[in-house]
Amino acid sequence: MTVKTITRVDRQVPKSGMTRRELLKGATALGTTFVTGTGFLAASDAAWATELNALKPETFATLVQMARDIYPHDHIADEYYVIAVKGYDSEQHAKATEAGIATLNAAARIKGHTSYLGAGWEAERVEVLEIMQNLPFFQQVRGGLVTGLYNQKAVWPLFGYEGESFTQGGYLDRGFNDINWL
Amino acid sequence: MAAPFDLTDNDVVVIIGTGAGGGVLANELAQKGVSVVALEAGGRYLPQDYVNDEWESFGQLAWTDPRTTSGDWRVAKDFSGLPAWIVKAIGGSTTHWAGASLRFQEHEWKTASVYGDVEGASLLDWPIDAAEMAPWYDKAEEKLGVTNTGGREPLPGNNNYLVFEKGAKALGYTQVHTGNMAINSATNDERAACRQTGFCFQGCKWGAKWSSAYTDVPRGEATGNLEVRENAHVARILHDDQGKANGVEYFDKDGNLQLQKARVVCVAGNSIESPRLLLNSASTLFPDGLANSSGQVGRNYMRHMTGSVYALFDKPVKMWRGTTMAGIIQDESIHDPSRGFVGGYEMETLALGIPFMAAFLNPGAWGREFTTALDGYENMAGMWLVGEDMPQESNGITLNTDVTDQYGLPVANVHFDDHPNDVAMRNHAYKQGMAVYEAAGATRTMPTPPYPSTHNLGTNRMSDKPADGVVNRWGQAHDVSNLFVSDGSQFTTGAAENPTLTIVALAMRQAEHIASEMNQKNL
Repeated sequence: MTVKTITRVDRQVPKSGMTRRELLKGATALGTTFVTGTGFLAASDAAWATELNALKPETFATLVQMARDIYPHDHIADEYYVIAVKGYDSEQHAKATEAGIATLNAAARIKGHTSYLGAGWEAERVEVLEIMQNLPFFQQVRGGLVTGLYNQKAVWPLFGYEGESFTQGGYLDRGFNDINWL
Repeated sequence: MAAPFDLTDNDVVVIIGTGAGGGVLANELAQKGVSVVALEAGGRYLPQDYVNDEWESFGQLAWTDPRTTSGDWRVAKDFSGLPAWIVKAIGGSTTHWAGASLRFQEHEWKTASVYGDVEGASLLDWPIDAAEMAPWYDKAEEKLGVTNTGGREPLPGNNNYLVFEKGAKALGYTQVHTGNMAINSATNDERAACRQTGFCFQGCKWGAKWSSAYTDVPRGEATGNLEVRENAHVARILHDDQGKANGVEYFDKDGNLQLQKARVVCVAGNSIESPRLLLNSASTLFPDGLANSSGQVGRNYMRHMTGSVYALFDKPVKMWRGTTMAGIIQDESIHDPSRGFVGGYEMETLALGIPFMAAFLNPGAWGREFTTALDGYENMAGMWLVGEDMPQESNGITLNTDVTDQYGLPVANVHFDDHPNDVAMRNHAYKQGMAVYEAAGATRTMPTPPYPSTHNLGTNRMSDKPADGVVNRWGQAHDVSNLFVSDGSQFTTGAAENPTLTIVALAMRQAEHIASEMNQKNL
């Protein structure tokens, strides 16, 4: 999949006359993302955008937020979560994913929110996830993230992990015992 | 006759598996002029093939054929289809092992006598002892090039070790060092010295860690007496009317069933596959499985009391740099029942990369408690806890006839319930492990549950008495005189130590016995 950078978000403003500010304000209903047209989803800060193949934009935005709430890392940008769950945006997975997110939204309404993304605090969304956590849909998403998120090589440096060192001759001459604060 | 051998050659020793047991036995016999056919279920991967990427390497090397699990152990819940993390390749799990090479302590050969009655445990003394094994340990340490033995220098301590050592000494532990490792601290036996690269579990790309894949196996082949057949999955051991083993049926690399005739058969497929094979070899003469008149085949499965402790500090550690497991605290390995359990445990440094840390730190966990731990990955140190677990008759390998593998053979179900002694020991080990890191200044410590088993032991156990064991003091089946068990499944009890050195020592001893018996026409 590709994650593109949107540089001209204002072009996407609907003709109804909403200002960009209003649109972004409205976008809070979709967490940190907003819909810019059918089958197209972008970050509210325009840092990334993705074309959708099978899922409704609202569904995918909710899924991305769900992924972040399951494994929240504040120093990791949404684009890595998008990559981690993009596989659900396929003909094969769309029906089950739409149903799973519908259940998530229903659980959110039980907790008094308009939808999952309508819950403003992470702690409120976590309460919703706790209702969901034994369901196969939750377990599938969580289990998939273990490799989908943490096995992205681009994520490793964000944790300080250096990956393989064989091509550089290992750490024998590069700090295998360089700890200096003990 | 020189290798390769004909399928109808009934003068060969057939060895099933090429790991620490089978690979060593194959070479030792070949060096003595014995004709050997080794059947290996996996393919041949050498240092240039190993991949320093945790999941990609797992896909390359791990045994991922279907298996099932049951019992109250947490692995059955977290990894229900993956009870063990072992290897399907030439060299077996010696490609994956960390290299820790420890001798059993003297009392660990005689635990039924030393520990006394432990309710629910099927403890038994080994029919052999420390004095008998000492010269074989000498030979095994020499073969593996074990550090801190035979005049070989210790490995240098990496960052993870230095944190561990500081905490250990602050806590008053005295038996603290960089281990007895089958990893070269200097060039030795045509193998390079360790470059502190990490990824010991993914196969050593320098060949600094001993593995039978690039030592014993090719050296045996070079004699002309050993033929290794790769991707040969053994289905059944056959026998004649007198109950002597006379051949081995296996699926070759193309999936065709072949029959290799045999003079002697040695089983070394690890403690899950070895009993599965004997059970799958049931016949009219051996209705409960081959060599199973005792009913002990598959029973007394041990997997060591294990667990890990990871800790976060306020400054970087970078634990992944360097040797994965070169660090040990041995003070708790003694038998001291005043701690509330029999037997002891070792504490050994351990590091995982981010991909495996995410999978194993607390399987199934989610939310901030989990992710803030990973956020501290650069400041993390880690250790593995490994101790003696209690053999229990009800823990073991049975055939699951509801699930079959790619060849249509019933798979192994691995059943394990923790014994109360295992639980008490694990809780003690967690407490001490966390104390070590707290003494070094940790800001947070995490008692981490067991991973899929790497030390699989005991399912064809050794006893002088045919009634309570599968094999005798030579690993020879009580019921079938030309059938041997050559892997960790012959362990009577598990001891606290990583088992590979003992498996190698037993294989070297068994090779001498088999060659001698063949010369005397007793086999």
